[in-house]
Amino acid sequence: MDNLLSIITFMPLVAAVILGLFLRGDDEAAQRNAKWLALIATSATFLLSIFLYTGFDPANTGFQFVEEREWLLGLQYKMGVDGISVTFVLLTTFLMPLVIASCWDVKHRVKDYMIAFLLLETLMLGVFCALDLILFYLFFEAGLIPMFLIIGIWGGANRIYASFKFFLYTLLGSVLMLVAMIAMYMDAGTTDIPTLLSHSFGSESFSLLGIQVIGGAQTLMWLAFFASFAVKMPMWPVHTWLPDAHVQAPTAGSVVLAAILLKMGGYGFLRFSLPMFPVGSEIMGPYVLWLSAIAIVYTSLVALAQHDMKKLIAYSSVAHMGYVTMGIFAVNQQGVDGAIFQMISHGFISGALFLCVGVIYDRMHTREIDAYGGLVNKMPAYAMIFMLFTMANVGLPGTSGFVGEFLTLMGIFQVNTWVAVVATSGVILSAAYALWLYRRVVMGDLIKESLKSITDMSRRERAIFAPLVVMTILLGVYPALVLDMIGPSVEALVSNYDTAVLNSEAATAYAEN
Amino acid sequence: METIILFAPLLGALLCGFGWKFMGEQAACVISTGLLFLSAILSWVVFLTFDGTLEQINILRWIESGTLSTDWAIRMDRLTTIMLIVITTVSSLVHLYSFGYMAHDEHFGEGHTYKPRFFAYLSFFTFAMLMLVTADNLVQMFFGWEGVGVASYLLIGFYYKKPSANAAAIKAFVVNRVGDFGFALGIFGIFLLVDSINFSDIFAAAPEIAETQISFLWTEWNAANLLAFLLFIGAMGKSAQLFLHTWLPDAMEGPTPVSALIHAATMVTAGVFLVCRMSPLIEFAPEAKQFIVIVGASTAFFAATVGLVQNDIKRVIAYSTCSQLGYMFVAAGVGVYSVAMFHLLTHAFFKAMLFLGAGSVIHAMHHEQDMRNYGGLRKKIPMTFWAMMLGTLAITGVGIPLLYLGFPVGFAGFVSKDAIIESAYAASPMGFAFWMLVVAALFTSFYSWRLMFLTFYGAPRGDKHTHEHAHESPKTMLVPLGVLAFGAVFAGMVFYKPFFGSFESVEKFFGITAEKHALVEPADLSLIAPAYAAGDSDGKEGKHEDHRVVGAPGDGAIFMAESNTVLHDAHYVPKWVKVSPFIAMLLGFFTAWVFYIKNPSLPGRLATAQQPLYQFLLNKWYFDELYDVIFVRSFKWLGGFLWRRGDGNVIDGSINGVAMGIIPFFTRIAGRAQSGFMFHYAFAMVIGIVVLITWFAIGLGG
Repeated sequence: MDNLLSIITFMPLVAAVILGLFLRGDDEAAQRNAKWLALIATSATFLLSIFLYTGFDPANTGFQFVEEREWLLGLQYKMGVDGISVTFVLLTTFLMPLVIASCWDVKHRVKDYMIAFLLLETLMLGVFCALDLILFYLFFEAGLIPMFLIIGIWGGANRIYASFKFFLYTLLGSVLMLVAMIAMYMDAGTTDIPTLLSHSFGSESFSLLGIQVIGGAQTLMWLAFFASFAVKMPMWPVHTWLPDAHVQAPTAGSVVLAAILLKMGGYGFLRFSLPMFPVGSEIMGPYVLWLSAIAIVYTSLVALAQHDMKKLIAYSSVAHMGYVTMGIFAVNQQGVDGAIFQMISHGFISGALFLCVGVIYDRMHTREIDAYGGLVNKMPAYAMIFMLFTMANVGLPGTSGFVGEFLTLMGIFQVNTWVAVVATSGVILSAAYALWLYRRVVMGDLIKESLKSITDMSRRERAIFAPLVVMTILLGVYPALVLDMIGPSVEALVSNYDTAVLNSEAATAYAEN
Repeated sequence: METIILFAPLLGALLCGFGWKFMGEQAACVISTGLLFLSAILSWVVFLTFDGTLEQINILRWIESGTLSTDWAIRMDRLTTIMLIVITTVSSLVHLYSFGYMAHDEHFGEGHTYKPRFFAYLSFFTFAMLMLVTADNLVQMFFGWEGVGVASYLLIGFYYKKPSANAAAIKAFVVNRVGDFGFALGIFGIFLLVDSINFSDIFAAAPEIAETQISFLWTEWNAANLLAFLLFIGAMGKSAQLFLHTWLPDAMEGPTPVSALIHAATMVTAGVFLVCRMSPLIEFAPEAKQFIVIVGASTAFFAATVGLVQNDIKRVIAYSTCSQLGYMFVAAGVGVYSVAMFHLLTHAFFKAMLFLGAGSVIHAMHHEQDMRNYGGLRKKIPMTFWAMMLGTLAITGVGIPLLYLGFPVGFAGFVSKDAIIESAYAASPMGFAFWMLVVAALFTSFYSWRLMFLTFYGAPRGDKHTHEHAHESPKTMLVPLGVLAFGAVFAGMVFYKPFFGSFESVEKFFGITAEKHALVEPADLSLIAPAYAAGDSDGKEGKHEDHRVVGAPGDGAIFMAESNTVLHDAHYVPKWVKVSPFIAMLLGFFTAWVFYIKNPSLPGRLATAQQPLYQFLLNKWYFDELYDVIFVRSFKWLGGFLWRRGDGNVIDGSINGVAMGIIPFFTRIAGRAQSGFMFHYAFAMVIGIVVLITWFAIGLGG
């Protein structure tokens, strides 16, 4: 099993290639074959990743399952996971079969659709496994393409605007990151991520174009990476691409976008910003905390005003990612643990919520909240599942949504009580918008003529939700499943960070002012 | 056994909610009810055999992160056992009652199965409530805290076709979240200071917390005061105290058994329980205690005034609940936590009974809830009438003042409410709280008797047909009334000593193991009896007659600091203080009699004469209108504003248009892309960029 990570990462790609090369025709049989092949490939990927879970030693805070070999053009191919990235790999492999199963009713260019998702899975897994800067960048950027196509081809009416907005926002952020990566390479002389993690980048303040840059190179590099990850997350105020992208994306695309793609930003902060630029993080961290707190309140308020179900859930996603960035830049055990947990949990919950929208969109072909009402009368099973995830979304204890929110808030309270109070008020607003949405869609008497013949969830739909329900409750009751995996790695991350900051004059000087 | 008590209701909820399709509707409901009775019986066994020593049972690991370590665990002490019997007893009776009450519900059409859902919710609520009271740490308590909130949300909105029920459900959840916001901050603060959220650690650290300053928001605070205050905000939400009370009356949209169980006997008392549970911390927070007393007393008064004029039978009882909760908080705030628990216990019996009785009336009157359409029902539903009468006697505090037979003689409410009023006086003679509570007692008596007179006496009003068909409720509804009536009559007298008798009896009951029993000879109960009977004219005699040696905080289920002698002093208040609630009760009764029996036209004339005051009370001091403007509308407006202006104009406007200037370029491409070329363009562009970048990176490196 020396190549386990590579096998897991590239298995979907292999399936995509097989589909592309050998599957001909667009009749029903071909469509069915394409879907089955995709489902089998993603399921097999998930089954293989179970070995990753069982073989992973949480006590070891270094990288495991490391693979290293020469690649073309003298580049280095290096893969490996630590406690932080392994959870994201598992999240991805767990969700992808469900995503494939959720597009069973798609009729338009099915083969291409499947290829796009399979390709996307490989690229996402690559991001979490890559241990080389260039490899990471390739995966990170290339991941844009399938998503861009998924929105642009299979999306809603205004898909062109949305896909370009999505593409440009994320790409422009990445350009700055690329510049920083080049600078890192010039400074450290390597693109090997484990080496870079132990390299200390210059943090002496200098003057640039007449502006005093506290924290020097680290701050600049931090900012460049921040530009990319903040857009990805997305953080306020560069979040506006997300609601548009979600609204136009097909259901499965929304699920992947919310559940996995956004997490690349958070992962990036944890892999690059905190450990490689601790001084930069220490200097810029307080601003991030405030941006996060504003994000939570601002987007929750905006969510209250939405008429479109998907837009509402998209804004709610931004608010939830606010807890993540806040937890990360609290830089203590509870904060970072909570941030990672929140990302994993949000993967299940937001994925499920977008699927919930998909279920009724498939039936009524509208996302307008006002077009619904009283669904509980005809769809009791749907009402129950939607309720569960609504409650998980507002962070009800006993669901996974609570643990992340609670830990990040606990983490931030130790750092900045103002931010903590503002962010905690988000729990009130989230209850308001989530329950209000639920009420308008599900509760009430069923009076709309168009809804009279609506049917409850099919067996297939229930089967898709079942694993998500199980995970949401399981992680809520026994979060140790995740916390045990990430705990030691996070502890190492936090203590390295603290040491680095203590040793840095710039940071201390800054703190004293 | 404790584990069975805790999980039997959960099992019942799951079996009933998911299994009814396989085992049938009736069987599912019977199973959930049976499991609750099992829980109730075991709870009584635990309560009666409990020896006062703390027992902790670990079940499963929960949230562990760094130094934060949380377990699913059961904490068995006296407070827990008291809550266990309250919850499981009332809940099992309400389950039984629901067989009758929910038999035919016109909110649902033919062939619509709703009963298993109702029973499953009830059982789930019970489970969450039990988790709350058995919690061994603040986070598990928070689980129960929010869990009961969800159950309450689901049950208030049980009639999901009614818009008003849905609105009330959301209101209840969101207002409670405001309280939870404070509660959560309190937990964070405690973790910051104590590095643990387990009760035992917090209690042990309480004296130290009292000496600590904590920087919170703009300034430094005394940590104990701040934390107690934050936790109390949580309690205010759950227990519907002034400013966060608006959800409780609306919660009456739920079916009546729900009101009895959740919004009278159990969930709303969770706040009182929280304050008592945290008594080792609260004792070190004098300012927070003051605040609790003021809020409690104001609520008791405010809610009673509103209760005077409401016409919906359930709303009258809801405001009454709100008011009685205020009483409990006053008791907790002045430091007699056992008395707060005492009133919680007795109130659970008589208030649940009043609600179930009201339910029986509503059932008889075909879901008519307006008392103006009742009248003369005494003969039609005699059993219900007598049950309600006992409940009214209990809540208004009927008893024989100044008679002491080892315990005061009177209905449950008489004993516990008087204990609170005396404690309030002892804590602060002639203080705000004392007077508020006495006046509230007068109002309580008035609105309770008003309810009785309007419902059961006089001539039948309203729909004639309904009155003719008014019928007594089935046995499943009457039996729970009988059992609760028993509690409403005797609970006060039976439990007087362990809750309010003397320091010795209370401390023994709550498992406080101060060495005092060895040092000081047992207090002479015979001393108290004459003092009680005579009233102590100067109110000072006997104070500090023994030097109490208190244990450490956390030693025993409640903690009363050495300087806290209110429990003792309350027995030596002047005679007129002891009699004052009784006189208030008589005045209220007499006024109600004049208004609604002797001279029924008087209330109408008075309302016309005092129109502004009447409207003010009828509209609940205009809290709902005020909140609607301040919070609901303004937040919605703000949300819309931020969306259209913030996201739309400012962010998108600047990023898309001005700063980049490339969007027009891309929209041109997009225009062409409609012809099908777009994806080739896009692909070419991205691949080009990636290749360029790779080459660039290698070039620099190599």
